[in-house]
Amino acid sequence: MTSVTQGAAARHGGFSLPERQARQAEAVLLPVLAILAGFLLFGLFLLAFGKSPMEFYQLVWRGGFGTGFSISNTLQRAAPLLLTALCVALPAQLGLIVIGGEGAFVLGGLAAAAAGAAFAALPAVPAIALMAATGAFAGGLWIGMVGLLRTRRGVNETISSLLFAYIAVALFNHLVEGPLRDPASLNKPSTLPLPAEFRIGTIPGLDVHWGFVVGTLACLVSAFVIGRTSFGFSARIAGGNPRAAAVQGLPVGRLVVLFCVAGGAAAGIAGMIDVAAIHGNANAALIAGYGYTGILVAFLARQNPLAIIPMAILIGGIDAAGGLVQRRMQLPDATMLVLQGILFIAMLASETLSGRLVPRRAASTEAAR
Amino acid sequence: MSGDLGLWGVLIAVIGGAIRVSTPFLFVSLGECVTEKSGRINLGLEGTLVFGAMAGYGGSLLTGSPWAGVLAAGLAGTLFGLLHGALCSLPRVNDIAVGIALMLFGTGLAFFLGKPLIQPAAPMLPSIDLGFWAGSPQLRAALQVNPLFLIGIALAFAIAFVFRRTRLGLVLRMVGDSSDAARAMGYAILPVRIGATAFGGFMAGVAGAYLSLYYPGSWNEGISSGQGLIAVALVIFARWRPVACLGAALIFGGAGALGPALQSIGITQGYYLFYAAPYVLTLAILIFTSSPDRALDGAPRELSITR
Repeated sequence: MTSVTQGAAARHGGFSLPERQARQAEAVLLPVLAILAGFLLFGLFLLAFGKSPMEFYQLVWRGGFGTGFSISNTLQRAAPLLLTALCVALPAQLGLIVIGGEGAFVLGGLAAAAAGAAFAALPAVPAIALMAATGAFAGGLWIGMVGLLRTRRGVNETISSLLFAYIAVALFNHLVEGPLRDPASLNKPSTLPLPAEFRIGTIPGLDVHWGFVVGTLACLVSAFVIGRTSFGFSARIAGGNPRAAAVQGLPVGRLVVLFCVAGGAAAGIAGMIDVAAIHGNANAALIAGYGYTGILVAFLARQNPLAIIPMAILIGGIDAAGGLVQRRMQLPDATMLVLQGILFIAMLASETLSGRLVPRRAASTEAAR
Repeated sequence: MSGDLGLWGVLIAVIGGAIRVSTPFLFVSLGECVTEKSGRINLGLEGTLVFGAMAGYGGSLLTGSPWAGVLAAGLAGTLFGLLHGALCSLPRVNDIAVGIALMLFGTGLAFFLGKPLIQPAAPMLPSIDLGFWAGSPQLRAALQVNPLFLIGIALAFAIAFVFRRTRLGLVLRMVGDSSDAARAMGYAILPVRIGATAFGGFMAGVAGAYLSLYYPGSWNEGISSGQGLIAVALVIFARWRPVACLGAALIFGGAGALGPALQSIGITQGYYLFYAAPYVLTLAILIFTSSPDRALDGAPRELSITR
């Protein structure tokens, strides 16, 4: 240690981590503490209703991570969340809070289902690529509009993206029950079914469809682009201080729209994967709230694409254990929603503690006064 | 029967809808108006609304009096408002993120506690028959008014008066426009903001009770469809003026009633598109009233979304 850090250590009672390591440690420690605090608070909530927290924790472990079956269930549920969380995290790099992923998800799924059914004569590989492209296009367009309204008209993106999501669901229902409806689907209105070859299969060895791999790759690529390329760096600058970025000549407006399109495309592809891997067509079951859960995952991950992966698995595990907890402990299915809400609040409250681990150099000038 | 009236039937239904459907919008937007005047934005009102609906229904069921339910809902809403205010008072916490968190938490908690409330029927709020003079049954039905609607109108004018002419209103506006000036004058900022947010929560809770105890008049998990959020947009549209919030709420109530009204005269295609009408209208208004360079006219300067 140099004399400077020794001096700092003396003033801060022996705590002498260099700043960079301190920040990295904090970036991992705080979220973990927040999650633990959230689970503890939820345990208190359960005690108030006469239920056993220990039994709950055990059942969540067993239902989410304890057996091979539950792990498959968890990863399957995490797969769409990886992409819908990106729909929040990517615009967040530019300081935007976009929460309309549900709209991009359902419209992406619908567009992909329509494209797949219309081009049923194509061979499987180009058809799946076409469906993915259509899904990405529809989702990207939807959220891209949010970004455009923000840069061109100054419209608050949180409100507009949620309004767009409601409009998207209405549009989805209208098209699925009307123009795009499969005449053979009477009880449950759906679009024309996809040919069997177009369906996405499972990863060999695991009972999870390839969408999980797609989502993980998307998060890794996003983390790389944001953290390690000059393009990502310019986006982060624009997010930190738009005016300074504009003065530097960065195309802030274009970056905003681009990242919104990318986020929307991710959610759109998630919708396409849900259609191709699970449903085989687009129907009302597609409106499952993955977009909204993605918001939770993104905030838990503090908008960091790398952290989205473990957080999506955590939330997927909680959801997977939901049925078991419900049956064994006689709790309503909204129980998991309450837990997730408490985790969200705990994570936000933990932001207050950020910066405490980092030795403050300003303290030395204050001490000198 | 409404075939006899044809298009007049649609107009009457829209007016009736404007009165009926606008009340929750009115209450939430008035509450959010007060909150935003103090410099906080509370997006969690959607969750507070749903929780208020549950609490109102439960309160009415337990006590047998719908007004006790309304009070219970207001109390529950106040607690959520206090939670939002307290969380946002921590340094470095983003109020939009807290709003989203409370939206999810409030809805989840409401569904959790409200499971046993779905089946039983609770006593409903009464209506005042303002259309007793009308000959046509449609007009009489349209002019059935809930006392909360009248209370809401009175509140709109009362709040406008408080903003303009009382010391409380002045302190509120000062805290929302310039926290430095408020501090210099010796006023504590956090209690004012927490109080304003608690009031907003109270109003949203009452709005929720209206939904479950009058129209649509039941408790289930689809009770709200974004009213809390639309009301936040309405406040921006109304330029933070309470009486303009009243006008905006009436317009949206009318827009929401258009779909069912057209259905009743036989136009059934595009049902979902008419269902989307209030959201499209809100979006259109947001687009037309926003501008990228000028700050929104009349916006409290401490509000995070207008910076």
